[in-house]
Amino acid sequence: MIKARVTVTLKNGVLDPQGKAIEHALTGLGFDGVGQVRQGKVFDLELEGADKAKAEADLKAMCDKLLANTVIENYAVEIA
Amino acid sequence: MKSAVVLLPGLNRDRDMIAALTKISGHAPVTVWQTDTEIPDVDLIAIPGGFSFGDYLRCGAIAARSPVMRAVAEKAARGVMVVGVCNGFQILVEAGLLPGALMRNASLKFVCREVKLQVVNANTAFTRGYRPNQVIRCPVAHHDGNYFADAETLARIEGEGQVVFRYAENTNPNGSINDIAGIVSAGGNVLGLMPHPENLIEAAHGGSDGRALFEGALELAA
Repeated sequence: MIKARVTVTLKNGVLDPQGKAIEHALTGLGFDGVGQVRQGKVFDLELEGADKAKAEADLKAMCDKLLANTVIENYAVEIA
Repeated sequence: MKSAVVLLPGLNRDRDMIAALTKISGHAPVTVWQTDTEIPDVDLIAIPGGFSFGDYLRCGAIAARSPVMRAVAEKAARGVMVVGVCNGFQILVEAGLLPGALMRNASLKFVCREVKLQVVNANTAFTRGYRPNQVIRCPVAHHDGNYFADAETLARIEGEGQVVFRYAENTNPNGSINDIAGIVSAGGNVLGLMPHPENLIEAAHGGSDGRALFEGALELAA
């Protein structure tokens, strides 16, 4: 069994109003010095088998086909 | 003048779309379900608004990968007209049938109000019933209508006349880049728009500015 984590983040230059709202809320809570906040998504996946190279290729295909919208999002794949 | 309406779990504007198409064309549209792999021979396929699959992952993302959308893509490739409204527009961009993406409204608020739309390109099958640059009324109701495309894509769709509707008179409700409210595919036969023209087709709605869109599409198909 392979355990993997996929992180999806907004590309630079894509406006992130949710991140902006979180940034303002943190400042409102008294956390000084908070710079830019960008919101993203994390997916933890379990894959059958032990072939890490195949798992990585599969995960990238999953990101391209579904997990990320590559028009606006980048992704990173991490295999434990 | 035959039409079809795509049904997916979580859509809630399907009845409005079916009613509009029935009243305007005089024929009830056929309905196709998410698992259908074939769509009957029709001239217009409509994807209504709502919250397909609970808007999980991203609005329209799961629906865009459903079997029926592969059938829609095949029909679109053969020139059949397709219109996606609201969630339908989100599904079309997620399916890659239209360029760009639809993101959370810049205000972070769900907007439900009337806006003004400028008909930027009146030379499409969907907009030929309007005058160029005509400003029409249309309702919107969405949380994720903030259209985005990278600079290169934006320049292309603006240059090729693919931007069909723009929010006018400072009524952009969602922060869409270039006030974009609706776009067509390069081939001109796939239209996606966030506003709901099907909800403004008769006096009982308080106006009929949306009617010409369906009349245009259905008349051309006749």
